[in-house]
Amino acid sequence: MPVQYYIFLSIALFCIGVMGVLMRRNAIIIFMCVELMLNAVNLLMVAFSKMWADAGKIDAGGAQLFVFFIMVVAAAEVAVGLAIITMVYRNTHSVDINILNRLKN
Amino acid sequence: MINLVWLVPFLPLLGFLVNGLGRRFLSKSLVGFVGSGTVLAAFVISVLMFLEAKAPGFTPQVVTLFDFITVGTLHIPFAFQVDQLSALFLLVITGVGTLIHIYSTSYMHEESDESFARYFAYLNLFVFSMLILVLGANYVMMFIGWEGVGLCSYLLIGFWFKNPSYNNAAKKAFVMNRIGDLGFLLGIFFMIMQFGTVTFPEVFAKAAPLGINNPTLVAIAMLMFVGAMGKSAQIPLYTWLPDAMAGPTPVSALIHAATMVTAGIYMIARSNVIYTLAPSIQTVIAVIGVATALFAASIALKQNDIKKVLAYSTVSQLGYMFLALGVGAYSAAVFHVMTHAFFKALLFLGSGSVIHAMGGEQDIRKMGGLKKFMPTTHWTFLVGCLAIAGIPGFSGFFSKDEILANAFANNPVLYVLGLLGALMTAFYMFRLYFITFSGKFRGTHDQEHHLHESPAAMTLPLIILALLSVFGGYVGLPEVFGVKNFLATYLEPIFAQSAPFATAHHLSHSTEWLLMGISSALVIVMILLARGKFAAYEETGKENTGLAKVLENKWYIDELYDAIIVKPLYELARFFRDVVEKAGIDKLVNGIGSGVQWGGQKIRLVQNGQVGFYIFAMVIGMIVLFVIGFLL
Repeated sequence: MPVQYYIFLSIALFCIGVMGVLMRRNAIIIFMCVELMLNAVNLLMVAFSKMWADAGKIDAGGAQLFVFFIMVVAAAEVAVGLAIITMVYRNTHSVDINILNRLKN
Repeated sequence: MINLVWLVPFLPLLGFLVNGLGRRFLSKSLVGFVGSGTVLAAFVISVLMFLEAKAPGFTPQVVTLFDFITVGTLHIPFAFQVDQLSALFLLVITGVGTLIHIYSTSYMHEESDESFARYFAYLNLFVFSMLILVLGANYVMMFIGWEGVGLCSYLLIGFWFKNPSYNNAAKKAFVMNRIGDLGFLLGIFFMIMQFGTVTFPEVFAKAAPLGINNPTLVAIAMLMFVGAMGKSAQIPLYTWLPDAMAGPTPVSALIHAATMVTAGIYMIARSNVIYTLAPSIQTVIAVIGVATALFAASIALKQNDIKKVLAYSTVSQLGYMFLALGVGAYSAAVFHVMTHAFFKALLFLGSGSVIHAMGGEQDIRKMGGLKKFMPTTHWTFLVGCLAIAGIPGFSGFFSKDEILANAFANNPVLYVLGLLGALMTAFYMFRLYFITFSGKFRGTHDQEHHLHESPAAMTLPLIILALLSVFGGYVGLPEVFGVKNFLATYLEPIFAQSAPFATAHHLSHSTEWLLMGISSALVIVMILLARGKFAAYEETGKENTGLAKVLENKWYIDELYDAIIVKPLYELARFFRDVVEKAGIDKLVNGIGSGVQWGGQKIRLVQNGQVGFYIFAMVIGMIVLFVIGFLL
């Protein structure tokens, strides 16, 4: 399959992620949208890696390793982020980001 | 002996340090002793050195103390040069200086202990600076002394600093001198640029091959002459000297007689090679000199302050010295410096004695008839007047006659103008003498009761100076009297280098006798005229009109300077303060500050705590960065 398909899918996923982050008010959904963006990028990396490897230009492992690296970081981030969101919910009984403005100034 | 030359300036410096640092706890007698003693000791050493320098075949000796400035190829050692010229000046400065110090111990006795010590410290520092000036073996050393006397004159003129007008006089002297000093300094820089050295023999050796009226030499000569104009109070930089009368009278005597104002003459005499090679500047000097001599003498005719008359007379006499320098009669100029130091110190100290007796009164219209109250002061003052007027036999006659004879040989017009100045000198000096000492007393009853002869510490210097004023002229007895001119012969080696370039003028002896006869006769006529007019002077209280009023107001030169220089400068300063500084720079600086504050106030609102907005800003930021990265 040509690589363009993957690119378009990745753009679509990334844009859905961006829009979700910008427009949704539920912190957990924003979180999921962030994951969506990360995965869009991961998809792109795997696709390009495969493309260059087929062309015999470079070793295919590099970009794929990055994918795992991003997954690990994302998992760690989610662990911290969900904990924060849980604490916020316990205090406010809401995960609406628009009411989370206590830290302003 | 020459190796000990550093002692001469060092001793007054020591006196300055002792009196200056110990001013709170030294007694007056100790201060006076240290102040006068150090200068007297310097005088004794100067005499010994003079005797050494007088010996035939004496060559100038340079005593290097340490390396002062070394930059690239330029070496300026801290060195003293002892030769005929500096030895003579040392003698005059320390000699007259000692007498003035001794006189001051009595004159300043009414000051508080601390002021008294401060006064002597300044006086010592003044002498120290002047000695550095004449002893320096290069132009930079000379400049150090040059600035030193400028500073000390400022300190001493403003000695009674609680009086604002005295402070203004001090500032005027300081600023006017700075104008001249700038010229001198530029001259030195020019010299360094052209010759790469400032040491006298090297400069002269490099100047000589350049030839007559070389533009470089003309520029150096003119710039240095600007310095001389300032220090020696020549047109147009003379107005500070009469104002310098604000200082204590012995200070006036010191500034006017032996030190400071003679620095310009010393400098030009020292640089005679440069000036002889620049005849165009010599002409300028002669013209400015004779103009100053006439101009100041005309002002002196109508002054009523005893010290102001003497001050203008100094300006006028300095004009004569510059006339002599301008016509190439260097030794005549130095001769007049010397005799003038004697009789002008005498006159100033005499006027100080009068002022002392009158309880601070300086207006001669309120004096009169002092002859019988203070005989010593009267007789010595008379001697001073006779000497400055140029009565045959007194010192001033010989020196002034030598100048006039040289002027005649150079250009008869200069002679006629010079003679006119001499006649005015005789007239105003005897006007001063007759109004002050003869007739009847016109002061208050209290003052009359208080009149007394001054104490010995004041009269003794007067007597010594009177003797010098009479006999001082005999060292320069001209050749028409059938003797060798001692002073001219003594100074010959100094001017030997410039002699080949000078155009020699020789007067026949009969012409010289004739000139002497004419000037003597006319001077005597002037004195008799003054006697007839002022011997029985009565104060009429009538205001002067016409020319007399203009003269009384010093040709309104101060007002003119005020209008064309001081006022515009004030206006300019005001413009810079109000418009450039306050409206321009301050506004800009404060504007930037308040602009940032205002901006901060506004941008602060961006942090509204809305997570959505933050994320939005982040995404926008990322997009902007991508775009920038893509475009570049």
